Amino acid sequence: MKVLVIEDEEQLLNNIKESLEKEKILVETAMEFNTAIEKALIYDYDCILLDIMLPNGSGIDILKELKKSNKTDNVIIISAKDSLDDKLLGLELGADDYLTKPFHLAELNARVKAVIRRKNFSGNHILDILNVSLNTNERELKINNELVHLNRKEFDILSYFLMNKNRLIPKSALAEYVWGDHSDEADNFDFIYYQIKNLRKKLNDAKADVTIEAVYGMGYKLTET
Amino acid sequence: MKLLNQSIKYLAIALLFVVALWAIAFYFSMLNQIKDSIDEELEHQKRLIIRNTLSDAIIATKPDFDENLYTLERINKRAAISAKDQYLDTEILMQDADDPIPELEPVRMLVTVFRANNSYYQLKIVNPIIEQNDLIKALLWNVIGLYIILILSIIFINNFILKKLWQPFYTFLEQLKLYKIDDSKPLSETKTNIQEFKDLQQTVDEMTQRSVNAYNRQKEFTENAAHELQTPIAIARNKIELLFEENNLTENQVQKLTETYQVLQRLTKLNKSLLLLSKIENIQIMEELEINFNELVKQNIKELEEIALFKKVEIVVAEKDSLVRKMDKSYAQILVANLLKNAIYHNIENGKIEILIDTQQLSISNTGNEEKLDNDKIFNRFQKYNSFSNSTGLGLAIVKAIASIYRLEINYYFQDKKHCFQLKFGKQ
Repeated sequence: MKVLVIEDEEQLLNNIKESLEKEKILVETAMEFNTAIEKALIYDYDCILLDIMLPNGSGIDILKELKKSNKTDNVIIISAKDSLDDKLLGLELGADDYLTKPFHLAELNARVKAVIRRKNFSGNHILDILNVSLNTNERELKINNELVHLNRKEFDILSYFLMNKNRLIPKSALAEYVWGDHSDEADNFDFIYYQIKNLRKKLNDAKADVTIEAVYGMGYKLTET
Repeated sequence: MKLLNQSIKYLAIALLFVVALWAIAFYFSMLNQIKDSIDEELEHQKRLIIRNTLSDAIIATKPDFDENLYTLERINKRAAISAKDQYLDTEILMQDADDPIPELEPVRMLVTVFRANNSYYQLKIVNPIIEQNDLIKALLWNVIGLYIILILSIIFINNFILKKLWQPFYTFLEQLKLYKIDDSKPLSETKTNIQEFKDLQQTVDEMTQRSVNAYNRQKEFTENAAHELQTPIAIARNKIELLFEENNLTENQVQKLTETYQVLQRLTKLNKSLLLLSKIENIQIMEELEINFNELVKQNIKELEEIALFKKVEIVVAEKDSLVRKMDKSYAQILVANLLKNAIYHNIENGKIEILIDTQQLSISNTGNEEKLDNDKIFNRFQKYNSFSNSTGLGLAIVKAIASIYRLEINYYFQDKKHCFQLKFGKQ
């Protein structure tokens, strides 16, 4: 799998690169407009991460060029601008997703995987890991082909974990994910702890081949048993 | 005190002095006039009496004033020679038609001497004059009358003319009262030919322009600053995330990293909230859609029901009617979500949230800390009631900001040990 990351901030670029490489993804990078547009148009990528504000040009223009060659279906815009304007314009131009900086690497990871999954297994909404199968469309979890009931939040948390297998997810990233955007109270971890405890029990009871581990007390990780 | 009343007050005081001085001067000049004319009359009488007396063969002296109002007495030569014509103000006993007995009446008296047949006579002629008291009294009433008429006409004139003259000023003032710095509408020009008002208007225009510029620069600064911070925060946070995944960390290191990470997390939230606030205040309304708040509330409750369940908080919705308004979708969502999250988060175990929706309001009341919050401060930025909390203290400020761009009234009150937030939408 090959991903192009277009980002002018070197440090951020390195972070993204390192994180994606842990997922065994091949990462190509571009730090300014001309290299970016060249790479994006010449090669085929499974996913393109696109920053809007670039030296020598705008990411929106790259998106317009990609649209001409019908290559926009796997673009995720990453922008510091949380403006609806850009978001709508980006999505209108065919971008697949829009992520506002600062984001958690786990979040980026999940989004990239979702894009790749949609592209490579067109229309497939099922996340399969060992004997665990999660249907994100039907919001159904099957373990060993047995239906396991999850509540809404448990489902969201599990899908987040499945897309970040073997990756550490900090509690605060989970809390933010659960409480949603613009929430004032995202650092309330009791609820997260409680949900994880339930999830673990359900996975265990259904004899799933994955489990959620606590890591140092700062976060959790989904691993194979 | 209003300008109008103030000017009437000063005019009234000033006029009181002017009218009083005028009355005194008028009184004396009047008195003089009267005396002059009486003196002329006395002179005329004198000549008549002397002529009549001289034509008589025998001059009869006349010691008393009777209806002829004069006396005639013989005097010696010495007294006569040294005598001069004298006009005197004096009183004599007289009986007027309306007096039952003779009374002392003020008179003007001419004392003169003349010679007839080598004898000297002293002639006193009197002419009754009006009593000074009567004159003063009459004058006083007239002056009071004049004063009242003057004041009334001033009030009338002031009300009419001054009000008309100051009209542009009041129009302008009304505009200024309604002026809001975050409302981009400039003051509309008030039509006037009066230079002072034109100057005032120009000065105020320049001043508001300066304030608006400063205000915009400040807003821009907040937005830019928050913006520029996003990337460095992202980098730092992601570095720690990567660091966590390295397996050779000691417990102590992890502890410190976790704390750092949480601080960064808080910084992120703060920054995002500030960005959102400045965005709202810049009134970046994208698209206005018909928002059904009943649906929106229910959808948000569903989103948060596990958290409510975990916190053992019961949520009850009373839908009296449907509440539909045009609003930006994401702002409406933030508005409802923040109020709801606030009610869940600050609740107590086995607490309750009651939501009431009707055509003009959405109110959310929750059990919680049994202490009324400060009405004036609750919607302020960075207002926190719990020092342990990691909250940014911006949640309700955001609610307030959104409410104010849509001119919704938001109220907080504490009733029956419940905190209630009420959004009033007004008529559609």
